[in-house]
Amino acid sequence: MSAPATAHSVVEASDRAKWISGAIVAAYALLTITPLLWIFLTSFKTPSDSIAYPPKVVSELSLEGYCNLFTIRSRQTPEYMASLPPATGYCDKAAREREMVIAGPSKTPGRLMNSLIIGFGSTFLAVFLGTLAAYAFSRFKIWLKDDLMFFILSTRFMPPIAVAIPVYLMYRQLGMTDTHLGMILLYTAVNVSLAVWLLKGFIDEIPREYEEAALVDGYTRLQAFVKTVLPQAATGIAATAVFCLIFAWNEYAFAVLLTSGVAQTMPPFIPFIIGEGGQDWPAVAAGTTLFIIPIVFFTVLLRKHLLRGITFGAVRK
Amino acid sequence: MAMTPAKPSTTSRLGGMSDRAIAWLFIAPTVTLLLAINIFPLLWTMYMSFTNYKANMGWLRYRVVGTDNYVDLLTDPDIWAAMQTTARFVFWSILFEVLIGFGLALLINRKFRGHSLWTTVILLPMMLSPAVVGNFWTFLLQPQIGLFNYIVGWVGGIDPGSFQMIGDVQLAPWTIVLVDTWMWTPYVMLICLAGLRSIPDSIYEAAEVDRASAWRRFWSITLPMVMPFLMLAILFRAIENFKMFDMVNLLTNGGPGSLTETVSITLKRAAFEKWQTGWSSALAIILFLTVFGAANIYVKVLNKVKQR
Repeated sequence: MSAPATAHSVVEASDRAKWISGAIVAAYALLTITPLLWIFLTSFKTPSDSIAYPPKVVSELSLEGYCNLFTIRSRQTPEYMASLPPATGYCDKAAREREMVIAGPSKTPGRLMNSLIIGFGSTFLAVFLGTLAAYAFSRFKIWLKDDLMFFILSTRFMPPIAVAIPVYLMYRQLGMTDTHLGMILLYTAVNVSLAVWLLKGFIDEIPREYEEAALVDGYTRLQAFVKTVLPQAATGIAATAVFCLIFAWNEYAFAVLLTSGVAQTMPPFIPFIIGEGGQDWPAVAAGTTLFIIPIVFFTVLLRKHLLRGITFGAVRK
Repeated sequence: MAMTPAKPSTTSRLGGMSDRAIAWLFIAPTVTLLLAINIFPLLWTMYMSFTNYKANMGWLRYRVVGTDNYVDLLTDPDIWAAMQTTARFVFWSILFEVLIGFGLALLINRKFRGHSLWTTVILLPMMLSPAVVGNFWTFLLQPQIGLFNYIVGWVGGIDPGSFQMIGDVQLAPWTIVLVDTWMWTPYVMLICLAGLRSIPDSIYEAAEVDRASAWRRFWSITLPMVMPFLMLAILFRAIENFKMFDMVNLLTNGGPGSLTETVSITLKRAAFEKWQTGWSSALAIILFLTVFGAANIYVKVLNKVKQR
């Protein structure tokens, strides 16, 4: 897509124009990233520094937010505090300074685990089903193909709340409310439409000649699919999997309406990380930071495929 | 619909599995899942929308009330208010996202040094969970102590405690527009950038031979060529924002009062707080039909862009 640079061309911007554009874009990027940096900084502040006025950019480094995220603490009488053996570990010491003791682990590890189980479970299923369907749509003549493809995509546009009402009733009947299986199936259904469309785009790009050569060599259609198409679609499958994983990781509407404990994921849980006397912002910020870091990592990894992902594979470059 | 006219030799080698059988074997699980998790519930919703069922009192006998729920809905001023709130939110958020996103795309398309790094940074917000975004913006928007209020106060020379973005009747509708714009401008930008990059350089070079001004080139080449891409972005954002739930739910929860109550929030309150299952099913169907219509147009534009 890059033009051969010619002197004073309309296609290539002048150095001055480039410099100004770069400065404006960089300024916007810094502005847009500020809220995220602020949350990151807040996660390392003490509770009082986190709500200081004027806001403190540089503050005392504290891991209390992370301690509070993973532990439950309870306030004790000074007599009881004095009777305790010396504190062991950072979080213990931080709690003692506030006349509290660590009463046990919080719900956070469980919620993180749920997010992982439901995320990976639904991603695996969606990509598995999606790869099969995408291959069929890409290679075979199928009755009402365009309508089927549209039907599959249209399910992605269903308003989550509208779907949640009957799914809630259905799951209640089947005893699947607040279960991992229920959430995995639900997220698979939402993600499979994206997976089919994205993967069809990727598989369309693989020349048919490879399979035809394999078929001529005596492979069956299934063997040709497994031995020639799958390896070549590997990048596409990986990119699709990451998109599905990000969706499942981020999803909130279904999670908040259909889970309450056993299968609750991080998004509905994070806003309810509450400390002593109101919201414990460093702990919320710590939870948010841990939750966002994988997304940042995957965004950088995916940046070449993002456009495909957000246009269901229609726009490639 | 006979067997696929594949070469007979191929068919026999598959051990009886024709291409046609494989095609259906590969598609069936996906379609079955979607029928079970999306279409069956949809039909159920449709049925419930004609009843006065209440899901929290399932033991009560419910009855079919015909189109009462729909009549009720369409004459309910609160629904119209929610629709207007949603429409205003969709309009303003998309307007800002298009202006800023298209502007950024034009600048980034000049390919200055480091443009891909800055682009990746700019893209981050749209990858985040809308719920988590809504939640941490409530922290940034705290009166007095919030970073947003502090910066606005500092830049504008006003007291950061003198205004509340979330609690104020005047400002709350703009707050959801602000956060949505922050989050989704990169989406519009990325698609516009793809549109800009799809324009062959030769067209601009021909325009230069004709001595077309930069302004003229923008209006007669850039804009028309990017338009299908822009439409794609606008339609998708419109659908998504029309059914917006997660971000608004955590940012304002429809408040103050019901001032930022979008249709999805109304639906959640009716379905899962007031348990008017029949009534909310009717609203869900109306919402679904609207979205389905828009999705139809979206797919048409999608196929148009695909051909480029």
